[in-house]
Amino acid sequence: MEHERPVWPVMRQLTDGDPLALGSAAQSETTRKWRGRIADAKVTKSVCPFCAVGCGQLLYVKDEQLIQIEGDPDSPISRGHLCPKGAATRTMVQSPMREYKVKYRRPYGTKWEELSLDQAMDMIAERVLKTRRETWESKDEEGIDINRCYGIASLGGATLDNEENYVMKKLYTALGIVQVENQARI
Amino acid sequence: MGTSFGRGGATTFQQDLQNSDCIVIMGSNMAENHPVGFQWVMEARERGAKFIHVDPRFTRTSAVADLHVPLRPGTDIAFLGGIINYILENDRAFKEYVVNYTNAPVILKDDFEDTEDLNGFFSGWHEDKNGYTFETWQYKGMDLHGAAGQREGESSLAKMEAFRQREDALKHGEPPNMDKTLQHPRCVYQVLKRHYARYTPETVARICGVKPEQLLEVAQAMCDNSGRDRTSAFAYSVAWTQHTFGVQMIRSAAIIQLLLGNIGRPGGGIMALRGHASIQGSTDIPTLFNILPGYIPMPHAKAHHSLKHFIESEGAKTGYWGNLDKYTVSLLKAWYGEHATDENDYCFDLLPRISGDHSTYRSMMGMIDGKVKGFFCCGENPAVGSANAGLQRRALASLEWLVVRDFCEIESAAFWYDSPEIESGALKTEEIPTEVFWMPAAAHTEKDGSFTNTQRLLQWHHKAMDPPGDARSELWFYYHLGKKIKALVDERGDEPHADAIKFLTWDYPEKGAIREPDAHMVLREINGWDENGDALPAYTKLKADGSTACGCWIYCGAYKGEENQTARRKSRMEQSWVAPEWGWSWPDNRRIIYNRASADPDGKPWSQRKAYVWFDEVKGQWTGYDTPDFEKTKKPSYTPETGAQREDAIAGWHPFIMQDDGLGWLFVPNGIVDGPLPTYYEPHESPVKNLLYEQQSNPARQKFPRPFNEYNPSPSSEHGGQFPFVLYTYRLTEHHTAGGMSRTVPHLSELQPEMFCEVSPELAKLRGLEHGKWATIYTVRAVIEARVMITNRVQPIRLNGKTVHSVGMPYHWGRRGIVTGDSANDLLHIALDPNVHIQETKGLTCDILPGRRPRGKAMLEFMEEVRAKAHLEKA
Ligand code: SF4
Repeated sequence: MEHERPVWPVMRQLTDGDPLALGSAAQSETTRKWRGRIADAKVTKSVCPFCAVGCGQLLYVKDEQLIQIEGDPDSPISRGHLCPKGAATRTMVQSPMREYKVKYRRPYGTKWEELSLDQAMDMIAERVLKTRRETWESKDEEGIDINRCYGIASLGGATLDNEENYVMKKLYTALGIVQVENQARI
Repeated sequence: MGTSFGRGGATTFQQDLQNSDCIVIMGSNMAENHPVGFQWVMEARERGAKFIHVDPRFTRTSAVADLHVPLRPGTDIAFLGGIINYILENDRAFKEYVVNYTNAPVILKDDFEDTEDLNGFFSGWHEDKNGYTFETWQYKGMDLHGAAGQREGESSLAKMEAFRQREDALKHGEPPNMDKTLQHPRCVYQVLKRHYARYTPETVARICGVKPEQLLEVAQAMCDNSGRDRTSAFAYSVAWTQHTFGVQMIRSAAIIQLLLGNIGRPGGGIMALRGHASIQGSTDIPTLFNILPGYIPMPHAKAHHSLKHFIESEGAKTGYWGNLDKYTVSLLKAWYGEHATDENDYCFDLLPRISGDHSTYRSMMGMIDGKVKGFFCCGENPAVGSANAGLQRRALASLEWLVVRDFCEIESAAFWYDSPEIESGALKTEEIPTEVFWMPAAAHTEKDGSFTNTQRLLQWHHKAMDPPGDARSELWFYYHLGKKIKALVDERGDEPHADAIKFLTWDYPEKGAIREPDAHMVLREINGWDENGDALPAYTKLKADGSTACGCWIYCGAYKGEENQTARRKSRMEQSWVAPEWGWSWPDNRRIIYNRASADPDGKPWSQRKAYVWFDEVKGQWTGYDTPDFEKTKKPSYTPETGAQREDAIAGWHPFIMQDDGLGWLFVPNGIVDGPLPTYYEPHESPVKNLLYEQQSNPARQKFPRPFNEYNPSPSSEHGGQFPFVLYTYRLTEHHTAGGMSRTVPHLSELQPEMFCEVSPELAKLRGLEHGKWATIYTVRAVIEARVMITNRVQPIRLNGKTVHSVGMPYHWGRRGIVTGDSANDLLHIALDPNVHIQETKGLTCDILPGRRPRGKAMLEFMEEVRAKAHLEKA
């Protein structure tokens, strides 16, 4: 209780066993009740999405909101550190430039249009099959079977998860798409 | 790395750098680009290690180094060659290691001829095909094969090579002709010695623009800190790979590390520092055209008519690649399930065939040529991030349809109304046919999955919340797209080669309102299962009879015991410094690979100080701080029968178990298309002539002279003086590649707000540049502008009495984002390493002028003038 403690900070420093006033002597009843913003947030273990050092991250979520990302002190690689990029991960996820709706530009169009996610998926599936049919190569110039679709290419993967790369490669290969590439080449 | 040692990954892990006695960072600015990993270099330094930085630019990495050697960009092979020459001339190799663990004693075929004999070429060059064949590069009495997917290059020439009848003739585990005294004139050691004799300190100094003493200091430091009791490490990143001879740079480091006995040992190795969270993963489970998961080669039209054919021509008979049949059949079982049977070659014929280079630069040119019509672009930004970005944008503008998946509307999505070409009027929005779908992507915080970091370590990241709005993971996108396509194919029944789609296993459990496929189950498929459907514990359990399924054999074990091993997060405080229970690393959770080499041939540690993995005679097995990268109970004295196959053919004293002879390859008889040994050539665009050979640049490099990818005139040509300066690009700590994940972030944009170029005070004076003001930089491809930063960090280099200036610039900027600027990649050309098709970004030529660049139509006129001066045709 506040009134039971000496009022003067300097007296508290002497009586609280906190001569440098770095702990309890510097606290008031109000500040003692303060909790860190992340104190009762849910913690999820994650990994920094930028470079390949692979620093451990702790994601703090409260009320369905990502409120903080910090370095994971348990990580044997990063020992709790994050560099400026890793430390800015929350602002990357919540970037003011991030968009959440599909955008569509029709051929020769001069502006973006709206499109529902489902409709976009249907249209893309149709485009894939159409181009596959049109550019299908079943044999090469010597008559050897090649069974591939030369008209579609893909670039991407180095920022994605292994599981994502796996389904990409699996689907593309089944479709006969061979021009599958990622940043490892760039 | 793959060709020298057998696997394409860093040989060690970042924390192990702390055990090093000497660290050489070259081709990397680790302190700024891998800042948190750099703590392990500092840790080593605290413990007394010598730390050397060899790099053109003085950076924060150089600032804390014991020695910084600024060399001319692109001359690393000459510098490393100088170190190799020093080791050989002064007899500083770690002999016991070299004689037993490398192919130094192996005698080569009589008809091998070196660049010394043929003035810059090796034997086997075919001028008409612009490439080499490997038959003269073989061991005497034995043809080598090389680690399957690790062989670089997939030209038809190389594939025909694989086709040739091979003589596989290990005698009791050793190549048939060896001289362990290393005296035979045709043994690899002596060949190496002759090959590198030219790389004297004086010559190297002249090529690299360094002082001979600087080279000697580095060479001596590495030699003094290698041997039984000491180890030295190398770290490199893209400044080594982004050249027309990038693979050979890494090969040079591999030769040094093998000669000094630093591979497979604590504090040693070669640390490849990769740039993206999962760039290693996207090579292991490749979104790459030339390989299937686990470095299994993609079937080739000319060489692989049947599964049997494929296994015979791609697999080795000896070593772990002798199990290619098991890896391939298990992959096909994972993809085609019950449809894959012995009778139908496990659906091998459902796979498409490649027939040459189908890399991204080819695809982009294919778009311009009208051959490629549809394009998926996921988390990449070629309009800013790929070399010759102008050509990339023209490619996008030639498509029928384009899908861009990203967090924000990046330049590659906006090219049709916002680009330098639109600004100058070279392209018009109304004339661009491309249909564009921009799809919002989920962040790593919004999805489950694993990344593989630079040390082959898989770490799971857990989802913290659902993705907002229409944002979805790539897993969701491709899974649901696949489902829709499968349904359409079933419905229509007349699509070409439809079985390849119909038979595909595609049934991951779906979770939640958005029906997200379960990433754990995808990882479980990658890991694989046995005939009972139980998760496999390790790749050694795979079979070729169709009873096992496995999506990526090198990741087998990541879901061992039905537990997601990659999600393990036992605190570092509760385990050893190796931290084997943090995540999971391939292969088989080994952290230093080839670690059998950390023990001597008898299986004892080379020294107590460097003990890591050793053979426990009492228990009769290998043990140590890490998982042994060797069969657990194979005795060090194990001598294979002649004719033994697969891993049984690898002797108990041969640590490189992926190679067909179990040896580290100083000399690569098969698998590198531009030579069995690294040789110094000048970059494709270079301000000077090659001092070593008449041959100016890598004869096997890939060139693409075509509109919008013209090259600056070469220095020897009539107009060679037009581009007198060296240009190179690099990254900043605060930004990430093309900027899609950083120029959109307020904090990072504030920290690095503007595109700039770094020049020396001398160059500034020469061209009248002022600090903080604008400069215009141009090549025959493009003109851009940047703020001038005058700094002593970039030094002019004196070469043969000539002063060579350079211009360095970060490549992160583009026209979109919170902070915008011109893209350095617009200036670049496309000329590629012939093995891996990676472009040269670290040593081109350019010119620089004060002031802002011309705008609009004036920009087109400016470029016309530049091109006219270079005597190029009108664009
Ligand atoms: S925090 Fe920095 S060093 Fe660590 S992984 Fe992220 S970007 Fe790399």
